[in-house]
Amino acid sequence: MANEVIFKNRDLDNLWDIEQYRSRGGYEILTRILTEKTPPAEIIDGMKTSGLRGRGGAGFPTGLKWSFINRSAPGDKYLVCNSDEGEPGTFKDRDILRYNPHALVEGMLIASYVIDAHRAYNYIRGEFWEPYERFQNAIDQARAAGFVGKNILGSGFDCELNVHLGGGAYVCGEETALLESIEGKKGQPRYKPPFPAHVGLYGCPTVINNTETLASVPTILREGAERFRDIGVENSGGSKLFSISGHVKNPGVFELPMGTPFSELFELAGGMRDGSKIKAVIPGGSSSPVIPGEIMMDLTMDYDAIAKAGSMLGSGAVIVMDESTCMVKVLDRMGYFYHEESCGQCTPCREGTGWLYRIVHRIENGQGRPEDIDLLMDVQNRIRGKTICALGDAAAMPVAGMLRYYQDEFQYHIDHKKCMAGTGA
Amino acid sequence: MSALEIKNRNELFTPEIRAEIDHEIAKYPEGESQSAAMAALRIVQDANGGWLTQESMDEVAAYLDLPPIAIYEVATFYSMYEHKPVGRNKLCVCTNISCMINNSDQIVEHLNNRLGIKFGEVTEDGRYSLKEVECLGACGGAPMMQVGRKYYENLTPERLDSILDELE
Ligand SMILES: Cc1cc2nc3c(=O)[nH]c(=O)nc-3n(C[C@H](O)[C@H](O)[C@H](O)COP(=O)(O)O)c2cc1C
Ligand code: SF4
Ligand code: FES
Repeated sequence: MANEVIFKNRDLDNLWDIEQYRSRGGYEILTRILTEKTPPAEIIDGMKTSGLRGRGGAGFPTGLKWSFINRSAPGDKYLVCNSDEGEPGTFKDRDILRYNPHALVEGMLIASYVIDAHRAYNYIRGEFWEPYERFQNAIDQARAAGFVGKNILGSGFDCELNVHLGGGAYVCGEETALLESIEGKKGQPRYKPPFPAHVGLYGCPTVINNTETLASVPTILREGAERFRDIGVENSGGSKLFSISGHVKNPGVFELPMGTPFSELFELAGGMRDGSKIKAVIPGGSSSPVIPGEIMMDLTMDYDAIAKAGSMLGSGAVIVMDESTCMVKVLDRMGYFYHEESCGQCTPCREGTGWLYRIVHRIENGQGRPEDIDLLMDVQNRIRGKTICALGDAAAMPVAGMLRYYQDEFQYHIDHKKCMAGTGA
Repeated sequence: MSALEIKNRNELFTPEIRAEIDHEIAKYPEGESQSAAMAALRIVQDANGGWLTQESMDEVAAYLDLPPIAIYEVATFYSMYEHKPVGRNKLCVCTNISCMINNSDQIVEHLNNRLGIKFGEVTEDGRYSLKEVECLGACGGAPMMQVGRKYYENLTPERLDSILDELE
């Protein structure tokens, strides 16, 4: 597809091999930046122009994030890439690591140059062993070619690049928990402020970016920031990887311009499986509130459109559910997840996720009480905005979303102790 | 400590394992060897048949010059560390949303029936154990599971049978 950035050269068989990556201009922009000693401020301006917003879920403008680092402050700075990819429904970063790891290596080196970091880490979830090996191989190849290590390409710029493997904890995707984890501790999020740009890894200024964010950088800078921006729409520059799963015929990862109609993405994924009908869509990972299928069909895939519909584009993880899907069961499973993964530091999250899970679970199991729906709304309200990290909100938001559109199903479960007709398991 | 325990300790901390841990320590700045704790635990767990004994955690703590509690905290926080014996093949089945709506229940049930074990249990011959895991970032291949370092996607009961037969 013409507008691809991350998957641009996926037609090449072994894009993960450095020779293949270089055959289409890979490492050209890094080489140019280091030999011409491009002023970092100029690169930051380019990133701002591109309109790239963080692909990890929060959508924070990348150029702005980089500009928060005070390069001239004494001491070390760090660049950290977030390949923890744990938000249920998300499976795009795994494909970047597997199919285009050099784009990430190059992007991490450029970002490190911009913020003057001499050490960079990629935090890869521990379960991703095969993607890790691909990425590690890319680092090794890049080192052999002189792009990693001391005095890169004779520029005087040093940068070590290493992988830190996770150990299985969703909360470590949260950026400050991730830093704790790299420091060899439990992954418990830190209070903010101070923000990582001031006090990050080992107490030093740190930039944390998602895998997709960093892997977009080389192409943005090589082909021009305006070009990237214009692929997308106002407020949502560029293209984006969408992971689409659930009841579609051909689930997978598709790179599309921001602002593409959902219906197009849906069609690329082959539409519904076995002639079933679409019921609902979770548009941006399990933390984003559900949207009924018929509303979704009229939406475009960009930050503003999904926000206007009361949800979030998040990590671009789209879960499509057909008419047989029981929303109570879905929320039951989510409730279990967030309760299990809460790190337990703050009371509203630790206790609240337990409450949410127990209430939905008893409704699902035919033991719901008449007051339960009000209770659910009350509990989710008491979590939102009252916790150290956004996991609490992530657990609460889907509850309100479910009740907004599917309260009748919950009511039916409570009244009749079973599923509504037509919704199966 | 008994003579047997000391022997086990030394057997676990072979020169190869020490070298592997040293390689991890070298990834971090001087004085930050705690950063290698997670990797050290993983390496030791792999060498010990997939789980961590109290002694092995103490040994990791001593090697990294950390108080044992720092290591226990890490070893109990992250779900990939095991604290009791697991099967030679630890079947980690994802039951999160995308897998659930693609019938992971059926996969779990098939494993329960065929192996006669539930989540958290090990078969008598020690060949398999079963574990429920959260989204493994492979929802496009739902339902799926991880065994060792490998992902198995688009599972059906039939495919499961042939996978199980291949796992020694
Ligand atoms: C509970 C929780 C889990 C998260 N998981 C991830 C993740 O797996 N990957 C990721 O890139 N960002 C994740 N984030 C967002 C990060 O905290 C952070 O915003 C992001 O890595 C910044 O990179 P970006 O600006 O390039 O998006 C998570 C946030 C929370 C609160
Ligand atoms: S909101 Fe939850 S996960 Fe985040 S710090 Fe508080 S208890 Fe931990
Ligand atoms: S839900 Fe099973 S891999 Fe994501």
